[in-house]
Amino acid sequence: MTERVSVLETKNLVMRFGGLTAVNDFSISVPEGSIVGLIGPNGAGKTTAFNMITGFYRPTEGQVIFQGQDITGLPPHEVCRAGIARTFQNIRLFGNESVLQNVMIACQVRQKLPWWHAPLFLPGYFREEKEIREKSLALLDAVNLRSHADERAPSLPYGAQRRLEIARALATEPKFLLLDEPAAGMNPQESIELMDFIRSIRQRFNLTILLIEHDMKVVMGVCQYIWVLDYGVRIAEGTPEDIRSNPKVIEAYLGEEALEHA
Amino acid sequence: MNRTRDTILSLLLLGALGAFLWWADGHLDKYQIQVLNVVAINIILAVSLNLIYGFTGLFSLGHAGFMLVGAYVCAILILPASQKAATFILQPMMWPFSVMNAPFIVAVLAGGVVAAVFGFLIAFPVLRLGGDYLGIASLGFAEILRVVANNIVPITNGALGLKGIPKEANLWWNYGWCAVTLVVIARLINSNAGNVLKAIRDDEVAAKAMGIDVFRWKLISFTLGAFFAGVGGALLGSLLTTISPKMFTFLLTFNVLMIVVAGGLGSITGTVISGVFITILMEWLRFVEAPMHIGTMTIPGIPGMRMVVFSLALLCIILFRREGIMGMREWSWSGLFGLFGKRGEAR
Repeated sequence: MTERVSVLETKNLVMRFGGLTAVNDFSISVPEGSIVGLIGPNGAGKTTAFNMITGFYRPTEGQVIFQGQDITGLPPHEVCRAGIARTFQNIRLFGNESVLQNVMIACQVRQKLPWWHAPLFLPGYFREEKEIREKSLALLDAVNLRSHADERAPSLPYGAQRRLEIARALATEPKFLLLDEPAAGMNPQESIELMDFIRSIRQRFNLTILLIEHDMKVVMGVCQYIWVLDYGVRIAEGTPEDIRSNPKVIEAYLGEEALEHA
Repeated sequence: MNRTRDTILSLLLLGALGAFLWWADGHLDKYQIQVLNVVAINIILAVSLNLIYGFTGLFSLGHAGFMLVGAYVCAILILPASQKAATFILQPMMWPFSVMNAPFIVAVLAGGVVAAVFGFLIAFPVLRLGGDYLGIASLGFAEILRVVANNIVPITNGALGLKGIPKEANLWWNYGWCAVTLVVIARLINSNAGNVLKAIRDDEVAAKAMGIDVFRWKLISFTLGAFFAGVGGALLGSLLTTISPKMFTFLLTFNVLMIVVAGGLGSITGTVISGVFITILMEWLRFVEAPMHIGTMTIPGIPGMRMVVFSLALLCIILFRREGIMGMREWSWSGLFGLFGKRGEAR
């Protein structure tokens, strides 16, 4: 995995909450254009790692390097502006807004004209807003939600809400996308569709994707490289094949059931 | 086709309102005109609070403070020098203020701008807080302003207040400013900037992750709301021709808040409707404070009875229709036709 340029690199990230070390010495390097995974049992510190990368937590120690730039400790909105977008484990859509508005809101970060152009009826703002609307509709097209554009976001079925959250993240024009358990709550058929969907958006939007996932079918099926966390410590890394046969991983994470299969 | 129909109907409604104002100006008595003026000012105040509370989700109780700033700035600018000299009997007025003078429109604008500056400055400590804490902090800030106004006698004339303010806020000024407020805030709310404000209200964490500088947008909303609160206060001062710090207590914020909650948090048209209703009802209900004769019994007049009735009404709204008259929806022509037309068209 060293032949390609790494787009995101974390160097020895440590996150302590009081006496608890949630993540310790977390170093990964994500090659450009790849789909990689971060797995581990519940409470292993995966989401904490996400929160450090996206600026929600300020790491106690260590560095986050994105496209050669040190983004450690930047507030979340500036991390997003730099080109990192994320989704949430428990879906966080804007509940009182329509599906289209949800996507349009995320376009704001790339909007050039300041807000006061709107109340002053300056024509440029109308034009830009029309572009944003079209761009958002195109994104909804890409996730098969265009026909639901005017519905309120919470009225969508669960899987569609996940897709909307991804569309919303894509609207910020990211280079790097973090998906926190995208397959949670999906049935096997939906999971298979999700895998194709993740691959297709990577291709179409020229992304690098890092995902947290518990569904092993999805992780093994879609990721090219995987890191395994347990109790905040990285216990293994490698290709899906390596991980599958790694005894440490099987013991810590996949459990006895997996040992029987091995 | 619906669009042209709606535009035509909206223009007709605006024309009718204009004609009504023109007619009212010449035919209604002073008291009724005063009520109409208060309606316009209450709408300005309530819509600006709705921007802060209903659309951005900032539970601010500092409206009376911004109104106080606007009212004093405007009054000082339009009071003639002779009137100032006559009013300031405890201490003479401080120099630059004693000779300052400006036309009414400039004075109202200045009132709004200074209120906005106060809003901007107060926002830095206050907006770091969330939810109820923000409410308490902004309430405290409004009280501080009131106490300060009570004590800087060379500028505000202290507890005596300012008297003889020229009554320049007539129907046209008030409704003109009301229209400006509505257009500016409605345009903002219906643009993508408005979507961003609503996103912050709905889910701040998600908003941050979507690249929204939450603090900056809250600051914009808070400052703009403070600006229009200042404008409303300035108009109110000129309409009543006399102001004193005693006027700008929490009760004033409460009245505005009542209009906003009754109209629907997050609905501009709801605020307008409830602004009209509540202001008129407030005046009409004065009869409950007068002595009453029921059969042979005579109940003496109880001052403050109106507020009891109003508190009960608010209680009922919260119990039975928590989202207010309009909820988060906006009133529209198609909605109206849907209501009267076939059931199927209602959505």
